[in-house]
Amino acid sequence: MKKTAEIKPEDAAKELIEAYPVKVGRKRAKQIIINEVGLEEQVPEVMANVRTIPGIITMRGCSYAGCKGVVLGPTRDILQITHGPIGCGFYSWLTRRNQTRPAGMKDPNYMPYAMSTDMQEEQIIFGGEKKLKKAIEEAIDIFHPKAIGIFSTCPVGLIGDDVHAVARDMEEKHPGINIFGFSCEGYKGVSQSAGHHVANNKVFTDVVGLIDTPKQGKYKVNILGEYNIGGDAFEIERIFEKAGITLHSTFSGNSVYEEFASAHTADLNVVMCHRSINYLAEMMEKKYGIPWFKVNFVGAEATAKSLRKIAEYYGDKELKDNVEKVIEEELGEVEAARKDAASRCAGKTAMLFVGGSRAHHYQELFRELGMKTIAAGYEFAHRDDYEGRKVIPSIRVDADSRNIEELKVTQDPERYRDRLTEEDRKRLGDEFKFKNYEGMMPDMDKNTLVIDDLNHHEMEVLIEKYRPDIFCAGVKEKYVVQKYGIPLKQLHSYDYGGPYAGFKGAVNFYHDIDEMLSTKVWSLVKAPWDDSPQLTARYACE
Amino acid sequence: MLLRHTPKEIKERSALTINPAKTCQPIGAMYAALGVHKCLPHSHGSQGCCAYHRSALTRHYKEPVMAGTSSFTEGASVFGGQANLLEAINNIFTIYNPDVIAVHTTCLSETIGDDLNQIISKAKEEGKVPAGKYVIKANTPSYVGSHVTGFANMVKGIVDAFPVNTGKRTNTINIIPGYVEPSDMAEIKRIAAELGVKAIVFPDTSNVLNGPQTGKYEMYPSGGAKIADLIKAGDSAATIALGPIASGPAAKALDAKCKVPCEILNLPIGIRATDEFVDRLRILGGVCVPESIATERGQVIDVITDNQQYFAGKTAALIGDPDQLVSLAGFLTDIGIKVRHVVTGTAGKKFEKRVKDVAGGDVNVKEAGDYFYFHQLIKNEKVDIMFGNTYSKYISRDEDIPLIRFGFPIYDRTGHQYIPSAGYRGAMRLVEKILNAILDRQDRDAAEEKFELVM
Repeated sequence: MKKTAEIKPEDAAKELIEAYPVKVGRKRAKQIIINEVGLEEQVPEVMANVRTIPGIITMRGCSYAGCKGVVLGPTRDILQITHGPIGCGFYSWLTRRNQTRPAGMKDPNYMPYAMSTDMQEEQIIFGGEKKLKKAIEEAIDIFHPKAIGIFSTCPVGLIGDDVHAVARDMEEKHPGINIFGFSCEGYKGVSQSAGHHVANNKVFTDVVGLIDTPKQGKYKVNILGEYNIGGDAFEIERIFEKAGITLHSTFSGNSVYEEFASAHTADLNVVMCHRSINYLAEMMEKKYGIPWFKVNFVGAEATAKSLRKIAEYYGDKELKDNVEKVIEEELGEVEAARKDAASRCAGKTAMLFVGGSRAHHYQELFRELGMKTIAAGYEFAHRDDYEGRKVIPSIRVDADSRNIEELKVTQDPERYRDRLTEEDRKRLGDEFKFKNYEGMMPDMDKNTLVIDDLNHHEMEVLIEKYRPDIFCAGVKEKYVVQKYGIPLKQLHSYDYGGPYAGFKGAVNFYHDIDEMLSTKVWSLVKAPWDDSPQLTARYACE
Repeated sequence: MLLRHTPKEIKERSALTINPAKTCQPIGAMYAALGVHKCLPHSHGSQGCCAYHRSALTRHYKEPVMAGTSSFTEGASVFGGQANLLEAINNIFTIYNPDVIAVHTTCLSETIGDDLNQIISKAKEEGKVPAGKYVIKANTPSYVGSHVTGFANMVKGIVDAFPVNTGKRTNTINIIPGYVEPSDMAEIKRIAAELGVKAIVFPDTSNVLNGPQTGKYEMYPSGGAKIADLIKAGDSAATIALGPIASGPAAKALDAKCKVPCEILNLPIGIRATDEFVDRLRILGGVCVPESIATERGQVIDVITDNQQYFAGKTAALIGDPDQLVSLAGFLTDIGIKVRHVVTGTAGKKFEKRVKDVAGGDVNVKEAGDYFYFHQLIKNEKVDIMFGNTYSKYISRDEDIPLIRFGFPIYDRTGHQYIPSAGYRGAMRLVEKILNAILDRQDRDAAEEKFELVM
């Protein structure tokens, strides 16, 4: 086994595509990049957000998963009905670990309920709108929700059911209830990413801006792209509260409808998962004048940096002092835990293939442990998530992206409010970097591998060639990698642990990774007789 | 309360399913295909179907679950998925090198009307299927039936593809084990071997979805029904199909195709159903039941008679798949537990009668029901113990009723992959679980002076 440093990335890149038919190899070669960071963070171009080749065992899911599962799933009081055969609603039922905490027993929480029209052959032939309307009636009768989302599965678009028309009709019948549909049929786009966009659009047009009463409190911030997996949002809420920042709305971890509807009254949008929610940030800026910038609450240093940036945005001494106090208080415990874990983890290698921002964010935590990320890639990200938003103008819009509506947004005549004065702008200067995401690649070392939409075969090659100390991906990959005797940390579900965001999250992560890397269980894999040669002699007594 | 919105009052619903007690066909087809050695299941539809099915099976088995997808885009959905499937077949044989690709459809490819036979023929014509390799198929529209139907359809797909009647009957017995766990399939094979009956068991996911940790990953593990055996199944003396819904269609198809007579039995869960299986196997195989099996049987009955007092009069609610529920309801009734509510998500007119025949006429039985309705039944008539998949735990917690995990999926406990609930040994495991649940509850709830040392 060669040491990582001795493996030439060119050889690895070649080996990854050796087994492919020519056409497949040619395409994959454009998605397998040897990293290099030049002047002004120039990185090589990576092909991303393109179709997965049929037959390839991919990690990717579909548009419905991105819309219903990712973006809307974590909100507890929008009643969600899947319009389609039973499977889609079944698989997205509580499987993403979005935690939520209703204020009291009387407050609605629909998250433990999976609702579906359970479409049958009759609806495929004669149309499903009638059944959908009936299902909405039945849901209203039992649950009395204030808002209902309808999520389209593959057959809906094909048989021509108009979920938007149904939503309008039903809203007319029930004027107090906001009912809206999502055209997130699974075949749209090339991955979950299309569904994120569909979700962003509908939440923007049908929910945000409906309630003009802001939350009480100073420094009102929305967090976009934080889904409260394993309680991440709870930890960020804790830190915000401690620092005196008012968390106005989270899209969409631990969220409620009213918070979405009044989100346009906040001062600032900070973006966690750029891939899944940058559309909403952009549209809210155009329509309501809310500036946005990218933050990262994964990693203790990154959390501190993000908090400081929020304080700097306001430029208020009281907030700045508060933030510094919080950071100082929190970092004590973090540093102790980090040093202890790093004493065992430092120098070890990690690979991260997950999501549309996690493969980047979690490199922070590994860096804090002194570990080296030797290969990383996203499951469904776009070029800007790899190379930075500066490449957006040069991204070619292909047929699959064109199918997802790009909303034309204009200033709201009443609700638009410029949050920044000329003075603010001068104070903050160009280096403050609003609307910016520098991408994953500038943060990665030269000669590391960047691979988009990694598939099963390539994962096998990577593991056999590099044998990293830890691999990070999802549940479908977990037991494959572990059969090789290499631990896999799930970065969608955190292996049912967490939180990993914020300060307490960092401590949890150091601890969990340390345990995974230090455990003795792997030493049991070899039986005592595996190493000894077969006995060939006969016993004398025979 | 987790299920705070579930009212006690039951209102009829005709359009809205709330908390389904079933999922869609393709996952059952994928599971069945994994029970053929060196077979890669292939989902002909959007990527999401395949990702969801693989994730669900992986969470349930904690094992690698491999499958390909045709990765439909909007274009494929409009113009048909032929190009995608042809490309997929070529790529799969080139890159992943299975012996068999088992294609199943989805609601998407069914709605647009892709013709799998025609596409597979074209793949063969174009030389995309290497010599000695197979592409088999099942139509599994998600808008018909449930995951159990999908399993049944893929097992039938296996029968359509492989068995050949050469005219030379053997004394082998085919056993279609039903939509059960790898541990159950292994147990069914062990019972046949113990009886000295030569059996071909298919599908067989043992040593596929309950593999060992060896430090080495094998894309195609050692388990799975071998193609040579599947071909020979056409010459077998008889077929025993366990579970009429999951295994019946394939057994009948094999009879029609190769003239192998079939007997359709209940799943061998519990004493009576296992007795029936062992007895039919003994007679069809022309063997005597060995002492070892009689001992296993006697041991579990010994435990049941020893603990009879703890079962007597306890009430139970069951939710899950129809073949399983019929056998389980019968078993619980046999040991003295009163079955009160039985709900399956899978539609089927015979279900009510099958359950009532074994558990009595006053049981609340519902086919095509859901967890929401099941919960309401419990709210109206509380029970001592519940049986169901992992989703039952929300009801179990809210209503404070002990839950025995039984069925699919089980995402939060382990053991089902490795330890059977079928056969006499499986009955022993069930009895142990039931007793533990009942006695743990008694220990937890007992007043201090009533806390028993010996039970």
